[in-house]
Amino acid sequence: MSKMHIKLTVNGKQEELLAEPRELLIHVLRERLSITGPHIGCETSHCGACTVDMNGKSVKSCTVLAAQANGAEITTIEGLGTPEAPHPVQQAFVDHAGGQCGYCLNGMIIAVAGLLNRSAVPSEADIREALRHHLCRCGAHVEILAAARAAAGLTRGEPA
Amino acid sequence: MIPAPFEYHRPDSVEAAVKLLSDFGDNARVVAGGHSLIPMMKLRMTDFGHLIDLQAISTLKGICIEGRRISIGAMTTQHEIIHHAGLASIAPILREAARQIADPQVRYMGTLGGNVANGDPGNDMPGVMQCLDATFHLSGPGGTREVKAREFYEAAYFTARAEDEILTGVSFDAPAGGQAYMKQKRKIGDYATAAAAVVIAMSGGRCTAASIAMTNLSDTPVWCEAAGAALAGTDLSAAAVEAAVGAMDDAIDPQSDNRGPAEFKRHAAAVVLRRAIEAAAARA
Repeated sequence: MSKMHIKLTVNGKQEELLAEPRELLIHVLRERLSITGPHIGCETSHCGACTVDMNGKSVKSCTVLAAQANGAEITTIEGLGTPEAPHPVQQAFVDHAGGQCGYCLNGMIIAVAGLLNRSAVPSEADIREALRHHLCRCGAHVEILAAARAAAGLTRGEPA
Repeated sequence: MIPAPFEYHRPDSVEAAVKLLSDFGDNARVVAGGHSLIPMMKLRMTDFGHLIDLQAISTLKGICIEGRRISIGAMTTQHEIIHHAGLASIAPILREAARQIADPQVRYMGTLGGNVANGDPGNDMPGVMQCLDATFHLSGPGGTREVKAREFYEAAYFTARAEDEILTGVSFDAPAGGQAYMKQKRKIGDYATAAAAVVIAMSGGRCTAASIAMTNLSDTPVWCEAAGAALAGTDLSAAAVEAAVGAMDDAIDPQSDNRGPAEFKRHAAAVVLRRAIEAAAARA
């Protein structure tokens, strides 16, 4: 099966590669570009660990073909901040211990960053809607929501 | 989980897409948002040689409202439906239903056209379209044609769409009256255990017309004419509502599966229909 020439802008950097059309965006990011922030959790569009920002929208990179993403701008958690200069959402997750094992967090954090890009002043309901389908098997949702609220500038959450 | 190999095509017009479908026959599939098809490809439950991606066909996108007539392009996403203020003001059932489909990430990719054309009985928009008496627009090698939503679904994944046709959009009149889409599901993101789409027109405290369609309670959506007729002309008394629920129960054919035994689904169907009738009447 012939390979395709695929161009992506990932975290501001132009990338070009040859890939089979059937390759998923998560595999291209992790295995070809060594961008391992997006995690493979369920691989069935349910858990949110593979979330990336594609053209300003939070999407599940396990359910997007690299061929579909050809020409897109992708932001992963690597594009947000560094250990020395974390993105405000990353800092909020540190401050509030948002997470235990951390496997789901890269998806959670990129989803919250995406929400703040689209809506400068999200409500508690907006935050819960953006995260309610992200699974955390440690059960750290209370801390995750606290971190998201802090990043959004909300002091405390009202029941949604 | 990686799909079986295929060749990828991204045509920029409906004509080019139809040509590809004609050339490759049943060895080709079109993809809209891909959030039904790609999981099936990953599970190797479907396999074909050519994937035709409709994303570059700009004429398939957008919501057009002329007076009371609403036309929605097949590639319009659920997210775009939710955030279209004009649509929400005259046909709020679209937003209410779209908000109950999957989750926000899926709704950024998932499209109205994919949802109605796929033929999955679990999809929510087919029932909504039947409730609204929508028209589906198809393009094929012989030109275009229209099929009513109420005549489109034949069995699970079998529809009136021919293999060389593309569903390009839907159109319908903004419904007169109150509207509601009520859905029972096991968890966020799940398909319906039972869902009901209801439009009710009221005048002077009496129901003048009603349309009722049910989701995931048969191998197709079920538009139940008798259930709507049971409400028309009544004051929506408890007896009238139970008559409509009874007519609906006669029309559905739920099967026992991992969402529960058939008896439970009939119970859930009655609950969501009562709630949808109540909500639609309150909004009328």
